[in-house]
Amino acid sequence: MKISIKRYSSENEPSAQSAEYRLELENITLLEALNAIKTKIDPSLSFTAGCRSGVCGSCAVRVNGTEELACGYKLSDGDLIEPLGNLPVLRDLVVDTQKMLKFNALARAWSSSNSENQLLLPEQVESNELQSDCILCGACYSACPVYAVNEEFLGPFALTRVWRYVSDGREQDVREKIEAVQSQGIWDCTLCNLCVPVCPQGIAPKQDISMLRGKSGVMGFMDPNFAAGMSFSFGGGPDFGSPSGLKSPGTS
Amino acid sequence: MVDVLVIGSGGAGLVAAIAAKESGASVTLVGKSFPTRSQTSMAQGGINAAMGNVEEDSVEAHISDTLKSSQGLSSEASVRTMCEEASAAILWLDSIGVPFSRTQAGKISQRRLGGASGIRACYAQDYTGLKILHTLYDQSLKMGIETLNEHFLLNYIIEGEKDARYSCGATFLNIRTGEVVEIRAKSVIVATGGYGSLFHGFTTNSTASTGDGAAAALRAGAKLSDMEFVQFHPTALKSSALLISESARGAGGYLLNAQKERFTDELSSRDIVARAIADEIEKSGEVYLDIRHLGETFIDHELPQERKLAIAYEGLDPVIDLIPIKPVAHYTMGGVDVDETSMSCIAGLFAAGEAANQKVHGANRLGGNSLLELLVFGRQAGKNAALYAKTAPVFTAQSEQIIKDREYIQTLREAAVTMDFYEKRASLGKNFYGSAGIKRNEKRLEELLKSVQQLQEELPLMGAQDKSLVYNTNLVEFLEFTNMIELSQCLLLGAISRKESRGAHYREDAPARNDEAYGGHTLCWKEGGELHVELGEKTNEKGKG
Ligand SMILES: Cc1cc2nc3c(=O)[nH]c(=O)nc-3n(C[C@H](O)[C@H](O)[C@H](O)COP(=O)(O)OP(=O)(O)OC[C@H]3O[C@@H](n4cnc5c(N)ncnc54)[C@H](O)[C@@H]3O)c2cc1C
Ligand code: SF4
Ligand code: SF4
Ligand code: FES
Repeated sequence: MKISIKRYSSENEPSAQSAEYRLELENITLLEALNAIKTKIDPSLSFTAGCRSGVCGSCAVRVNGTEELACGYKLSDGDLIEPLGNLPVLRDLVVDTQKMLKFNALARAWSSSNSENQLLLPEQVESNELQSDCILCGACYSACPVYAVNEEFLGPFALTRVWRYVSDGREQDVREKIEAVQSQGIWDCTLCNLCVPVCPQGIAPKQDISMLRGKSGVMGFMDPNFAAGMSFSFGGGPDFGSPSGLKSPGTS
Repeated sequence: MVDVLVIGSGGAGLVAAIAAKESGASVTLVGKSFPTRSQTSMAQGGINAAMGNVEEDSVEAHISDTLKSSQGLSSEASVRTMCEEASAAILWLDSIGVPFSRTQAGKISQRRLGGASGIRACYAQDYTGLKILHTLYDQSLKMGIETLNEHFLLNYIIEGEKDARYSCGATFLNIRTGEVVEIRAKSVIVATGGYGSLFHGFTTNSTASTGDGAAAALRAGAKLSDMEFVQFHPTALKSSALLISESARGAGGYLLNAQKERFTDELSSRDIVARAIADEIEKSGEVYLDIRHLGETFIDHELPQERKLAIAYEGLDPVIDLIPIKPVAHYTMGGVDVDETSMSCIAGLFAAGEAANQKVHGANRLGGNSLLELLVFGRQAGKNAALYAKTAPVFTAQSEQIIKDREYIQTLREAAVTMDFYEKRASLGKNFYGSAGIKRNEKRLEELLKSVQQLQEELPLMGAQDKSLVYNTNLVEFLEFTNMIELSQCLLLGAISRKESRGAHYREDAPARNDEAYGGHTLCWKEGGELHVELGEKTNEKGKG
């Protein structure tokens, strides 16, 4: 079996190159292949992993352009392995995770104030069980097209995390949570759905963002794009508005 | 200078950092990876507390089960503290948003794990550790705890004279830049997890569980204890060594031999079940876990992760297939020896979680007790470190440690490598599984010790082949390997000295328990470059059973 890995090192010349590896192994996970390359062929290959079982979120990469967990992906001949997108590459398959994780704090993705010792029915817990299955692997972040135009977008996993806490029957301060995702948040998503199929945990950030929009509407928050006179400038989407610098008819 | 430096950002480190911060201390939390990537994410089964939400239970029963399983090697006072604090700890987790599974009456649901006389383990589907870890991480963000990721602990900075040595920080390799840096602190908490990765290829553990914090403690002159006690989990997937949670047996799963017959009580404590399985594999060649009769609905609801893993890694579906299993290394009971305040023998150096030996698990940990331990004693360590920092001696002069460590890393970068440590790591794992695993005897242990001592001598020939500064994981893995070589000798010396069988430590050549000679803890420390091992005083009269 032959696979290619996109390699990068700021210390090498040239810094980026594609390397091909021939493996005698069949029916293995990508992580097993990466380990085999590192321990037997080239110890300088850099990647991260931990649990081997899809829960620590360390090993997400792109295979033939699609986000996958290395420990859960069964390798095929000819696969091309690349680091996650939308993040600076530190080395080979290792990206600047720090950069995406900062959005958890910016989105205030935590329990703000829980009522003590509250009874919750199994159905209540199950209704948002999936959102707390997130392993922060970054697959959804890598797939999101908004980052091409807006680097400050809070992004899919951070917003899913906020919905987890907002929809928790114990949360007492929902308003604080909803306020935190108005700017660079739920309204900047184009609802393109690209984050959904790549999530290894079956989470649908897009849906959670829609839920947050619904909740925001109920609480009196509005889509700023509509609030600003319907300029149709959805973040990242095609701009149907008039050329910049010109006034829209009827606004003068 | 920060008040409390927490090293390791898994469950124990996060809880300690939160508690220290709540106590008013300034805190820096450092990890070699990211908090949510820690091994704590892997815990599935649950966390014990005698809440009696499903069936009547009592703190006394929890204490008595824990003592019984510990086989006389725990401290009753610590066990009591842990079990008494358990319900409050769960309610705290509930208050910060951990989404525990619930009963029909709306209470936190519980299930039975092996060795427990009651239905005692609180859980969040089979993602208990994941959900606890992520919720703790979210709280650490809320509290604005300063967190430094991708920094690998090299050594603690220790000052002071012989009997009055105190910790004042630590040195780290910044994995992103290759720089060696120091962080000065008034107190240090070690929460770097266990050393199960020593059994490379034969462990359920994360590859990060390389005992770095304990090895650094040994180098710093602290004492480690009970290092020979390694728990083997009875049911890991045969080819990948991934865990099938104990709750599969708790819920009524069967163990079957090659003839498809049951051969042991599935709910006995882990050491007994693991040995029964090892014997049966020797005898009949294969052991299976059978949960088919539990039904698809139940399996999908309570054990979805297990089903996913079995399908992905073994190509078998537990709903319709028998699952081939083997016992593998799962939890390391030994660790940095700490007193009832969670402090080691070096002032200001605390330890918590799997990195510590708080003497609650003794010779055999009960499932669901380690998440509880890291909560209760992580919290205690955080509080005590904050308190200690208030009156701690402050050392501001230049330290020798950073100079030494910079030189060491530089040497590794320049050294020519003539021997491959990856190969040695693999054979070390295999040999440990074979000779220092489920069944041990003096001859094989001695042979293994010789080969490890040889490896120690050959270390200068190994080193990192990759010479880059940025994200050099080859170098990091080599440093982890050297830590494992250090700890493996403590494990072996302990196992050789302890000429008896107790809990997870089973000697074929001394199958009986011998309280007269070996009722105490095994202490291990380094002096003048030499490893010393000593069997200490017996601590607990009541833990027999
Ligand atoms: C598969 C599995 C299932 C389990 N199930 C259960 C269960 O159901 N119930 C239960 O009670 N227990 C269970 N356990 C045990 C329990 O999960 C662990 O004992 C516990 O999570 C250990 O937590 P910790 O915080 O001490 O260590 P870890 O979670 O291992 O965290 C260690 C931290 O230290 C960091 N670190 C390590 N070395 C360095 C270094 N050199 N420099 C800087 N940072 C470093 C790591 O990056 C990590 O952040 C399970 C364990 C496994 C492997
Ligand atoms: S649906 Fe929204 S969050 Fe998801 S990828 Fe598209 S723009 Fe990004
Ligand atoms: S939502 Fe899914 S894809 Fe995104 S970080 Fe979480 S687990 Fe990964
Ligand atoms: S190694 Fe943990 S998710 Fe892949």
